[in-house]
Amino acid sequence: MNSKISRTLVWIALLTVGTLFLLPFGWMVSTSLKPLAETMSVPPRWLPSSPQWHNYPDAMKAMGPFWIYARNTLLLATLNVVGTVLSSALVAYGFSRIDWRGRDRVFFVLLMTMMIPFPVVMVPLYALFRELGWIGTLAPLWVPAFCASAFHVFLLRQFFLTIPRELSEAARIDGCSEWRIFWQIILPLTRPALLTVALFQFMATWNDFLGPLIFLTRQADFTLSLGLQALQSQQGGTAWHHLMAASTLVVLPVLALFFLTQKSFLRGISTTGLK
Amino acid sequence: MSPGESTRLRQGLGFILPWLVGFLFFSLYPLLASLWFSLCDYSVLASPVFIGTKNFTDMATDPVFWQALRNTLAFAFAAIPLGTSLAIGLAILLNQPVRGRGFFRTVFFLPSLVPVISLAILWQWILNGQMGLLNTLLHYPLEWVGHWLGTPCPPPDWLNDPHFALWGLVFTGLWGTGHAMVIYLAGLQEIPAELYEAAELDGTNAWQRFRHVTLPMLSPVIFFNVIMGVIGTLQTFAVPFILTNGGDGPGRSLLFVATYIYQNAFSYWNMGYACSLALFLFLLIALITLWVVRIGEKRVHYAGR
Repeated sequence: MNSKISRTLVWIALLTVGTLFLLPFGWMVSTSLKPLAETMSVPPRWLPSSPQWHNYPDAMKAMGPFWIYARNTLLLATLNVVGTVLSSALVAYGFSRIDWRGRDRVFFVLLMTMMIPFPVVMVPLYALFRELGWIGTLAPLWVPAFCASAFHVFLLRQFFLTIPRELSEAARIDGCSEWRIFWQIILPLTRPALLTVALFQFMATWNDFLGPLIFLTRQADFTLSLGLQALQSQQGGTAWHHLMAASTLVVLPVLALFFLTQKSFLRGISTTGLK
Repeated sequence: MSPGESTRLRQGLGFILPWLVGFLFFSLYPLLASLWFSLCDYSVLASPVFIGTKNFTDMATDPVFWQALRNTLAFAFAAIPLGTSLAIGLAILLNQPVRGRGFFRTVFFLPSLVPVISLAILWQWILNGQMGLLNTLLHYPLEWVGHWLGTPCPPPDWLNDPHFALWGLVFTGLWGTGHAMVIYLAGLQEIPAELYEAAELDGTNAWQRFRHVTLPMLSPVIFFNVIMGVIGTLQTFAVPFILTNGGDGPGRSLLFVATYIYQNAFSYWNMGYACSLALFLFLLIALITLWVVRIGEKRVHYAGR
């Protein structure tokens, strides 16, 4: 009896907080389907009188070259995913599957670099990229991805360490080069971990705001984030039906990707916190 | 060094080469350059001119900097404890044997996936004083409170009132707490059931079990999350920047150290000053992290160590 009451209480709590967590999504979609006048009624209406689906194409038009923004964002996401997965796997291999002198001290330096806040390196990076002629191109937003990310190296190293040493040693005795062990034995065995890193990086690139804000100057290079911010400032932030429609469009791919890969995604997050 | 050892060294360095290059160009060089620029008058358009510690003495007497620092610390001290409590609370609820746990876990997690640009624009709308969702929900409770107090209790205009803007940002952050919650939930599931069974046999109540089993067993995870929270929160930039349409809020109430660095660097082209602010932020993060680590050494319980 007692446990039945407590279970009901837990369930009511979950339902209440769950509703509160879902409401903002509902509010976003509901606003995105209202005519402009209904977004401004006081007290607010919960639902549009009739859904205005044309708000979506209208919002895309108001953003300007929407498809160019989408293409840039996808291009950057792809380059970042490929770059970070390849390079971080290589580096993680060097930090876990080969014993070399000073390895753990160098790895400690890598861990320390995770502590450096982006604002500290932001100005010199801007100066460096300016010297290279990269400001106003997409280069600053993808080239560094090919130099491995400390966080992903850390994550992949954790996985690589769980593979028995004997596997590498047997392969070495058979005359396998390190490169072949990496490419043909270790990588296939850690496919789920690589997928997790790829997902994290995709989300991070899709999400990035400060990087594009600083490094991109031409509208033709803008990402969806910057395009949406431009829409917000150009309309003085009052065309809420368009802003909500555009926000929904930016969120949707991320949510879709999450639902397709839910398992490896959540497992990846749990791993980062427990090891 | 034996031949085998030098071969391994060569191979090891070969594999970490991408990171070494990145470290030199994208971490070490910028860090050293930042140190140098912080001692210079520098606008990126002309070469840096050495001015000694002037940027740092300017900082000490710059009221805007102090306000940014106060806001940043106030936000961290509100957002981290609240976020941590909410995340742990939700994780504990989800760890109970009730129906639909998987569904609720997804519901709590989803908001943390929303890209900052959409998140901030959505919350700018939710926090709108007249037409926003939050004040619509608060309408009846506040009317009731006002009735009870005998004076009207109007809902605040969150983002246009310097006393409430920071709280608006805290709410925005709480909505994204699902990421930490997933980590806590995984931590809870690692706690052996025998511990609870033994505690129950000893006649403990639910609170005692939480206090003496759950919290100590979860403390390493809390420790990790709080440190990540400190590092992240003190760098807060994008959400308040977008919430204020690229500004810093009423009476600069949403001006953070990172915002001020951005403004100095890319609005005033005062890059030297921006670098000294950034180094200060680095030092602040390092010191607070160290402080948390010191507390952690005393309080964190590592099972089996």
